[in-house]
Amino acid sequence: MTFAIELRQVGIIAVKEFRERIRDRWVLAVTIVFTAFALVIAYFGAAQQGAVGFRSIEVTIASLVSLVIYLVPLIALILGFDAIVGERERGSLDLLLSMPITRFELLLGKFLGLSASLASSTVIGFGLVGLLLGSRLSPEAWYHYAGFILSSVLLGMAFLSLAVMVSVYATDRTRASGGAIALWFFFVLVYDLLLLGALVVTGGAVAADAFPYLLLLNPADVFRILNIFGLDEVRTLYGLTTVFPERLASPALLGVVMLVWIVLPLGLANWRFRR
Amino acid sequence: MANNVIEVHQVSKRYGLVQAVDGVDLAVEAGQVFGLIGHNGAGKSTLFKMMLGLLPATSGQIRIDGWPVRGEEFRRVRRHVGYLPENVVFYDNLSGLETLAFFARLKGVDRSECGGLLERVGLSPAADRRVKGYSKGMRQRLGFAQALLGKPKLLFLDEPTAGLDPEGVREFYRILRQMRGEGVTVILTSHILSEIQERVDRLAIMRSGKIQAIGTVQSLRETMALPLYFELRLVRGAEPGLQRAIAALAGAEVSIDAERAVVHCQRESKMAVFQALAALDGLITDIHVREPSLEDVFLGYSE
Repeated sequence: MTFAIELRQVGIIAVKEFRERIRDRWVLAVTIVFTAFALVIAYFGAAQQGAVGFRSIEVTIASLVSLVIYLVPLIALILGFDAIVGERERGSLDLLLSMPITRFELLLGKFLGLSASLASSTVIGFGLVGLLLGSRLSPEAWYHYAGFILSSVLLGMAFLSLAVMVSVYATDRTRASGGAIALWFFFVLVYDLLLLGALVVTGGAVAADAFPYLLLLNPADVFRILNIFGLDEVRTLYGLTTVFPERLASPALLGVVMLVWIVLPLGLANWRFRR
Repeated sequence: MANNVIEVHQVSKRYGLVQAVDGVDLAVEAGQVFGLIGHNGAGKSTLFKMMLGLLPATSGQIRIDGWPVRGEEFRRVRRHVGYLPENVVFYDNLSGLETLAFFARLKGVDRSECGGLLERVGLSPAADRRVKGYSKGMRQRLGFAQALLGKPKLLFLDEPTAGLDPEGVREFYRILRQMRGEGVTVILTSHILSEIQERVDRLAIMRSGKIQAIGTVQSLRETMALPLYFELRLVRGAEPGLQRAIAALAGAEVSIDAERAVVHCQRESKMAVFQALAALDGLITDIHVREPSLEDVFLGYSE
């Protein structure tokens, strides 16, 4: 069953999804969380070194990256795991599917509506802090900061895509939430440890050559590399990225990898959903 | 055949080892109210979902208004179909009007229809309140309004009166009669059989994925040869006379409880029983003839 996509139907679903997230104050709450964390990090990020107050945009971005890498995937997974399985449990999925809409349009609309919600919080939350820092930022710093916000949005979309996939495959909400949390543990906490462990145990014999490519298999790592590599001051601070070859670090290539991470889980979700 | 809005031909659905629906044939004429009854797990919902195109059939064909439900023309079909799922729960944080407007947009129906529909199902006063605060009956009314969007030619209603109070049930069937008057075809399920029996033109009884019987309520009663009832009110001391009169008839039985009595008889001996009772001049003060209820028919088929 392949039918032409009616973008209008996709848009209707997306708008409804976004409106719901505005209504239940989800967007507001997450925006506040992002703003608060970003402010604290910008002003107190260097407290361990005995200094308080804004230091450099590079250090600030590096600190924000460490925060975002935990927080954004978690928030995205929590936001998205319910997308399909929730409608199914409510009994509204059959109703939606009885409308003149294809399953793909529904899935895409859901994903885009949720993406818009998370992207709004990300852009507004971190953007506000950017504006507060505005006067101290050079044009180049602005460029890095904008890149950081954009890559955070992409990171959120990649994990939303994973969440929607979980939501399609799961038979009930409990399993879906379990699956979402498991994905977070795997990509955010366990994956890098496994890679490092493999490197150390084998004394670098195994996986050393493949190491940079293996990093690309984790959207959280792609996000980290994307942000850290542009910053000369902090690149050396990160052990992981020093083994990452320059030629793989082009923002365009990493951006494409991120897009694959957005499209692939959604594609798998669609494949499953149509059956 | 051209007058059939729904045509189901040899449709089966198998989930692994479970044969949920097994070779069902069904045709519903335009403008009819058609009832589908059966136990939980009899295959009603699965059949409903296949007719709506929500589930692919393992084999067989389904046509709605002459069109296949899952082909390229599915959008065309669905714009003319209204569906009320069982126990639908809407989105807590949208108002009733916003919910209806959302489905109207999906269906390509003008938003201006929404106010009138909410009025029609008696939800106007709550139109701008969030659905979160709606009672079960109000949600059901909202679901019904949603099913009526875009003046559908065909309505699928799954347990439409569940959760409605008696007044709501009456109101629902009043609207249903109006729809029928406008030529809308309705297919509904209900577990309240006494409610459905006066309100459907035809019905089908499903059991273990098969249609056990199909026809008008009257024709099902007749083919099953279920006994009729005479409910009697007696004067004191009428018992022996009544016992004698009924014992003389073939195919009739009487049970007596003080001043009330019930006579069961086969349809063909109805007039004979009636004459025998009429002959008991002065012993009987009141007579009601009762047709078997749909419950009797239903139990008769499912044994």
